[in-house]
Amino acid sequence: MSDTHQQSIGYVRDSMLPEATPPLGEVGAIRWMRANLFSSIANGALTLASLFVLYHLISGVLPWALNGVWDAPSIRACREILDGNTGGCFAVLTERWNQLLFGFQYPSEIYWRPTLAFVLLFVAIAPVLFRKVFPLRMLVFSALYPFIAYYLIWGGSILIPVFALLGFVAGYLVYSRFVAQSFAAGFFGGILAAFVFWYVTGFLPIEGVLALQVVESRNMGGFMLNLILGTVCVSLSIPFGIALALGRQSDMPIIKWICILFIEFIRGVPLITLLFVANVVLAYFLPPGTNFDLILRVIIMITMFASAYIAEVIRGGLAALPKGQYEAGDSLGLDYAQSMRLIILPQALKISIPGIVNVSVGLFKDTTLVSVISMFDLVGMIRGPILASTDWNGVYWELLGFAAVLFFIVCYGISQYSQWLERQLQTDHR
Amino acid sequence: MTTLSDPPGGSFRLSMLLNDTRYRSYTFQFIALVIVLGIFGYLGSNLMANLRAAGLNISYGFLGESSNYDINQTLIDYNSRSTHWRAALVGVLNTMLVALLACVTATIIGVIAGVLRLSPNWLVRKLMAGYVEAFRNVPVLIWIIIIFTIMTAVLPAPSAYRGEDPTASMLFGAIAFTNRGLYLPAPVWGPGSLFLGLVFLASIIGVFAYRRYAKKLLFDTGKLLPMGWPSLAILILPTLLFYFILGRPITLDYPALAGFNFQGGTQILGSLIALWWALAIYTGAFIAENVRAGIQSVSKGQAEAAASLGMRPRRIMNLVVLPQALRVIIPPLISNYLNITKNSSLAIAVGYMDITGTLGGITLNQTGRAIECILLLMAFYLAISLAISALMNVYNNAMQLKER
Repeated sequence: MSDTHQQSIGYVRDSMLPEATPPLGEVGAIRWMRANLFSSIANGALTLASLFVLYHLISGVLPWALNGVWDAPSIRACREILDGNTGGCFAVLTERWNQLLFGFQYPSEIYWRPTLAFVLLFVAIAPVLFRKVFPLRMLVFSALYPFIAYYLIWGGSILIPVFALLGFVAGYLVYSRFVAQSFAAGFFGGILAAFVFWYVTGFLPIEGVLALQVVESRNMGGFMLNLILGTVCVSLSIPFGIALALGRQSDMPIIKWICILFIEFIRGVPLITLLFVANVVLAYFLPPGTNFDLILRVIIMITMFASAYIAEVIRGGLAALPKGQYEAGDSLGLDYAQSMRLIILPQALKISIPGIVNVSVGLFKDTTLVSVISMFDLVGMIRGPILASTDWNGVYWELLGFAAVLFFIVCYGISQYSQWLERQLQTDHR
Repeated sequence: MTTLSDPPGGSFRLSMLLNDTRYRSYTFQFIALVIVLGIFGYLGSNLMANLRAAGLNISYGFLGESSNYDINQTLIDYNSRSTHWRAALVGVLNTMLVALLACVTATIIGVIAGVLRLSPNWLVRKLMAGYVEAFRNVPVLIWIIIIFTIMTAVLPAPSAYRGEDPTASMLFGAIAFTNRGLYLPAPVWGPGSLFLGLVFLASIIGVFAYRRYAKKLLFDTGKLLPMGWPSLAILILPTLLFYFILGRPITLDYPALAGFNFQGGTQILGSLIALWWALAIYTGAFIAENVRAGIQSVSKGQAEAAASLGMRPRRIMNLVVLPQALRVIIPPLISNYLNITKNSSLAIAVGYMDITGTLGGITLNQTGRAIECILLLMAFYLAISLAISALMNVYNNAMQLKER
């Protein structure tokens, strides 16, 4: 065949042409912009509109942020320095930094104590959050951390947190002694032992042993108060939430109905009404003469609030497990406590992690509500002592922006962590 | 849980209450009941003792007494000689008002933002992601305060609109943004406006009738009638026609400066706007995520199948994707509405007189009836929540996939 064409075709290329470069409109930034920003007329209009919005945002915020004054004693001095130019008066942040973080009544000479507790929080929480990176032994410190933090922030005799810790140890010893016989015996025996221990040690003279200066709860404030309420209430509400969720799934009608009533009642009312209860009503329900700390009352109420929501999330996790898992536990001859502990809860909790994190973030944001019952958390400090002072009356955006940024950093960080954890825990094959 | 039957032992022994699975659950329930009743009894006896010591009692008689305080925004007749009960009612209506406004606005914002988050446009996508993250991760209380600060500290005082060379001017000559609130033109219902309202109502019914007829025609004969512009025409034209025939029965009352303040028109308080928009933008961010998740939950094959049947993109969206997405979107949407209603109790932070501000605020402080007020407050919110979740259950049951 080839011979016949030898004459008729003048020229046959025997090597490939090198690849031509794509046309200019089809490479690099231009191509990307065509595909992503100007793929159609409507799209181009949208892009221009967004650019317009962005321009206004940036041109409004940037000069204000970059041209800010960081060092001035009052808003008038600040305005003098700015001399009519646009600029933020960030001096309020530097001047009132300690008040924003610790409130205005925390003794200033011992700011190092909550600061140290805050730093240690990261040491304690790191092995919990990143199991694979940190050695397991660090979990011991995490377990000790609540007591250390209490000692650092509230002060007082060191024996208070030590005895509290020893009560837990006593409870655990009793639990491990009896758990082989029956989970219920170990569990309730352990609780009983802990309470007996605390009751007995309550009579001991513990004043002044290695005591730090005592700080009353009502002197706590600022972002520290938000952090305390957030961490304490979230960590307390998870066990309560698990218990409520299991109770709601229970076969025993009375227990089931107690849990349903509690959960639906709490979820039906706004947190603010519960805080009102903590503020004005709770005192009526306590024995005459008891003087209950406001912060403790608030912690109880927020914990109840969060437990109900977490219980619903975990109930979702329990319901999402295939029935076969429950049946597998039964067919292995495990009793209720064993099958829950070894088979059901590990899987159900894994499914519920995103929900639990959502609730936690929501709860942390809701800790700002305590400013409504005149506690001086970050928002309370800003609206109360700082904006009301003659020096800083009128510095709204710097302070509110600071609060917003602080909350954004914490909440965004937590939600990013939860997404990472979800990917880590994804053991099924997809 | 365990269904293993224990060997039928002889007679009943006391230890069987704990060790026999047949009886153990009764023991546990009994213990739980005793503990709960014990706690309630303990709290109740404390309450009685405390009330006796303080010389108080539980009584709702104060609701019938004169309230002696004014409320700056009322939807029904109210003055300081009205009863506390009336004040609470004003608060309930104000709660409903702000919740309704915020729900509608949040839905609009959320749907737009959620759809735009899936836009092919990179910049719009990122901008919307920024909006969602920024608003979801900052407490709503801070947003309420920020918008309230804009309303009270940034907007000009009414006096800025006065004089030869005013520093502020009204939008379209009709709307004034001042630090005392927003002044809008108010409609004045002249004679004949009732008839006009009826005409408008009739034309709404007419639109539905036309759509029904068009659908029937389509199914019977396959003839496709245009939907968009005839509906619009039926909706607007008759009303407009009668508006001029009747000689413009509805006029607008424009706000105008008189003395130190605006007179005429309607005034919308800054606190209402702050609460309304903060709740709307904050919850809108959550709704946007729900909408996005709902649209993404419809598998791509559905849209492709519809396209291969020859449907046009808008019909694919309306007839195939949206009905399936709505099934996913609506339940969290309703719980977001519930959240708005509950979060509207933050009104107390900006002085908007909702139920928390009247019953839980001033009435509580004036009468000192803390327990009664807070119980009523909780009962109100509980009733709303239960009503909304009942509605949601009805909807869920109706919308469940019908498996045949």
